[in-house]
Amino acid sequence: MTLSRRTLIGAGATAALSAVLPRRAYGAAKLRIGLLLPYSGTYAGLGNNITDGMKLAAAEHGGKLGGREVEFVPVDDESDPSKAPANVNKLVFGEKVDVLTGPVHSGVAMAMMQIVKSEKLLTIVTNAGAQAVTGALCVPHVFRTSFSNWQTSYPAADVMLKAGHKKAVLMFWNYAVGIESMAAFKEGYAKGGGTIVKEIAVPFPSAEFQANLSDIAALKPDAVFVFFAGAGAAKFVKDYADAGLRDRIPLYGSGFLTEGVLAAQGAAAEGIKTTLHYADSLDNPANRKFREAFKKATGRNADVYAVQGYDAVNALAQALDKVKGDTGALKELVAAMESVRMESPRGAFRFSKAHNPIQDIYLRQVKGGQEVVLGVAMKDADDPATGCKMPS
Amino acid sequence: MTLSLFALQLLNGVEYGLLLFLVASGLTLVFGVLGVLNFAHGSFYMLGAYLAYWLSARFGSLWIAIAVGVPLMVAVGLLVEKLAIARLYARDHLSQVLLTYGLVLLFNELQSYAFGNDVQSVPTPAPLSIRIPLGEAQTWPAYRVFTAVACLVLAAAMRQVILRTRFGMRVRAGASNAEMVSALGIDIRRLFAALFAAGTALAALAGMLAAPLTTVYPGMGEGVLILSFVVVVIGGIGSIKGAFLGALLVGLSDVFGKVLLPGFASAIVYAVMAAVLVLRPRGLLG
Amino acid sequence: MKLRVLLAAGALALLAPAFSGDRFWLQFLGKAMITCIFAASLDLLVGYAGLVSLAHAAFFGISAYLLAGLSNQLALVNPLLTLPICLLAAAVAALVIGWLSLRATGVYFIMVTLAFTQMLYYFFNDAPGLGGSDGLYVNDRPRLGPLDFADRPTAYAGIWIALVVTYLLLTRVLRAPFGRVLVGIRSNEQRMRSLGFPTPRYKLVAFVIAGALAGLAGYLDATLYGFVNPAQVGWRQSGLLLMTVLLGGKGTLYGPMIGALLLTFIEHYGEQVTTHWNAIVGAFVIAVVLLMPRGIAGLLRGARG
Repeated sequence: MTLSRRTLIGAGATAALSAVLPRRAYGAAKLRIGLLLPYSGTYAGLGNNITDGMKLAAAEHGGKLGGREVEFVPVDDESDPSKAPANVNKLVFGEKVDVLTGPVHSGVAMAMMQIVKSEKLLTIVTNAGAQAVTGALCVPHVFRTSFSNWQTSYPAADVMLKAGHKKAVLMFWNYAVGIESMAAFKEGYAKGGGTIVKEIAVPFPSAEFQANLSDIAALKPDAVFVFFAGAGAAKFVKDYADAGLRDRIPLYGSGFLTEGVLAAQGAAAEGIKTTLHYADSLDNPANRKFREAFKKATGRNADVYAVQGYDAVNALAQALDKVKGDTGALKELVAAMESVRMESPRGAFRFSKAHNPIQDIYLRQVKGGQEVVLGVAMKDADDPATGCKMPS
Repeated sequence: MTLSLFALQLLNGVEYGLLLFLVASGLTLVFGVLGVLNFAHGSFYMLGAYLAYWLSARFGSLWIAIAVGVPLMVAVGLLVEKLAIARLYARDHLSQVLLTYGLVLLFNELQSYAFGNDVQSVPTPAPLSIRIPLGEAQTWPAYRVFTAVACLVLAAAMRQVILRTRFGMRVRAGASNAEMVSALGIDIRRLFAALFAAGTALAALAGMLAAPLTTVYPGMGEGVLILSFVVVVIGGIGSIKGAFLGALLVGLSDVFGKVLLPGFASAIVYAVMAAVLVLRPRGLLG
Repeated sequence: MKLRVLLAAGALALLAPAFSGDRFWLQFLGKAMITCIFAASLDLLVGYAGLVSLAHAAFFGISAYLLAGLSNQLALVNPLLTLPICLLAAAVAALVIGWLSLRATGVYFIMVTLAFTQMLYYFFNDAPGLGGSDGLYVNDRPRLGPLDFADRPTAYAGIWIALVVTYLLLTRVLRAPFGRVLVGIRSNEQRMRSLGFPTPRYKLVAFVIAGALAGLAGYLDATLYGFVNPAQVGWRQSGLLLMTVLLGGKGTLYGPMIGALLLTFIEHYGEQVTTHWNAIVGAFVIAVVLLMPRGIAGLLRGARG
């Protein structure tokens, strides 16, 4: 455990020094930020983008947050919930990070919450949209800079109803994210008087959609609302177009249907409308600056995942400045995080009472191979945070 | 379910099954004749898909990519056989599984290092981009028809090779009794090497053909691998005909399972395999 | 004799974290020891009975989920109650699955066990109320009087005891006539049958014992982490366990345990060296297969001369 020994010696020296010298910032100890993200397998692209977004933000702060030099400690969680407890253990107790961030996969997030809830460690969720994180399992020292599954799907119901689609078919992967997305959509759709003709649950991560597409073609609904992401989403959109459905039955989904796979989908994605808390083409100064800097630093185009990482470090920077880098003063740090206000590439950013972002959800449409923002589907969307009892 | 929907689902199931057959055929050959459980079979499928992506981007045509890619994968197969597999013929199945599992890990890292982790698309060749209307509700992409036909042609070609050529005769002989074949003076090692390379190429070709449909992404070989094993076992190890029947059965039960028994759709394929093995413990034609 | 000394020394060394109280090592080695139990139970099947089962993760999962259910729904925290119940459930599941699977042989047997593990995976993943792909928490971990297993050192001690008991139990079973018959079946089943042994029954009993021990591992895992997830049940987990057993050296009991410890450490440190740590593991696996045909335990055996 070479790293741990080094940290121990460093911490020991710091402790000795700070006993003699007047106390300024939280020692000269590095700020160790743990990254619980996938760096291998299907979700590696997301893990890389979140990491690079975080690194960009850190660089923009001169590599220091709250006066402390930033050190990123990545652990490849492989998006595997069965290895999650061990990986969280590695970061929290082995590497003894000061702040924990991640993960991509909701199952991993659940494992993480189990350990983190009793540890006084500031945790920032940079992707996983599981409702429970800022819902039934909410804890003061856990924040989320990404989204909740409710936020990205609920607004779509209103959009579809306004467009006159009163009868819809739902199709989704039968796992936590898909189920929560559909639940949120159904809530909004039923409220507005829409009818769900059929709910098609596809086993995750199966990408064989032909059977269900034929079914949809026969049912002839007004529109289809789906949840798929990554390679499966790429295939779904292509299959949907190949089956001739794209021009007959309008396709809607939360933004993950196209995020990161728009290039792979090509012409098949034209005309698809999605709702998400971000769009590459958002025209605001923060986004323009961010996208340019990201492209310069990595050679890749930024996406929503990069933004989530970027915002996490920026929020942390604001909060740490207020507490002068003292990650041990958890109560003050939490209060500082709660008061964070910033102009994120996604728009105005602040945390809700349950520590989920309050953010605008945009309606986007694919036009000419780009996500064009048609407008705001829901302003200041705040996750209902069902079951969250935050101690005051 | 209306007749037209039924016919459509039948079509879906058959087309899915045919592509599965192409992947599984290589696996059943290698296992049936060489006795090698090749866990890296899914990796060859993935490598084929990535080659299709890389070469078609370079040469601007999927056909050229396949023409270049297949011989390349044959070479890869020969290399893997010589360096790793050949040492395992004397060892037990489990050592083969373990070694090929190590290969899977290596190939995954190779893919990540060489091609990155993004989802990539392979454009469908222009003449096959048209969509064929099926009734008034749905269309079918011509490319799917092409892959289905290609798989059928390859199946027929395989049958001819196995039944009518010298090589096929040796393969069949080697499947029944490798010792005898070698005692008869036929170089069993060359035969095995050729067969393994053929199996590799078949898996890779399946990946190349499927690439425009499935897109190309990390870990794409895993699901295919497990399904290939299911197909091979249902059909009976070593039987190409069995793999053909098994693949169709898997394809159809998957499709109809999704439509008729959506609650059990995920487990259907495995339930079918368990049922087949209860009735015929050596597979359909094993 | 030397081997026994080595193993005893290793076991005592494993006790160290319980005294140092280091929270990382308690969880890390605790998990490693659970994997040792899991691997040893599979070795009974693979190394001694000659049965390659991919269903092992299923028994692990059934026991783990049952603990979660007993704790969450029935507020049962007494391990003297919950442990036997979970072990029994795993054993019964092994009885059923074993009886159905053993009708096939060779690769077909492996695939039938795979089919069952997959069906169970989808059951845990899809059935409502079981937490789906997010998994479940074990709300109240086992407690017995003053012993609270949510407390790390206590859980660690419990796991250590379970490991020692498992190893001693298995060695006893294998040294007994039952174990010898098993080995006989592995080398030549026909002969054992002609000698009058009802071989299917022996294989089934081995399957059940192994399944129950896998259930023990699952119970301990759910106790240590307080979290169960369908990802723990499924062919990937079973496959990984099989790899561990083979790497360590099947048919030795201690070999798979060493394999489990070694793999855990390699994965941990490999990651600190490079992001392409999977390649390191892959190369290591290939090297072991090509150079150490009897697994890592083969090295130790060789050293004994």
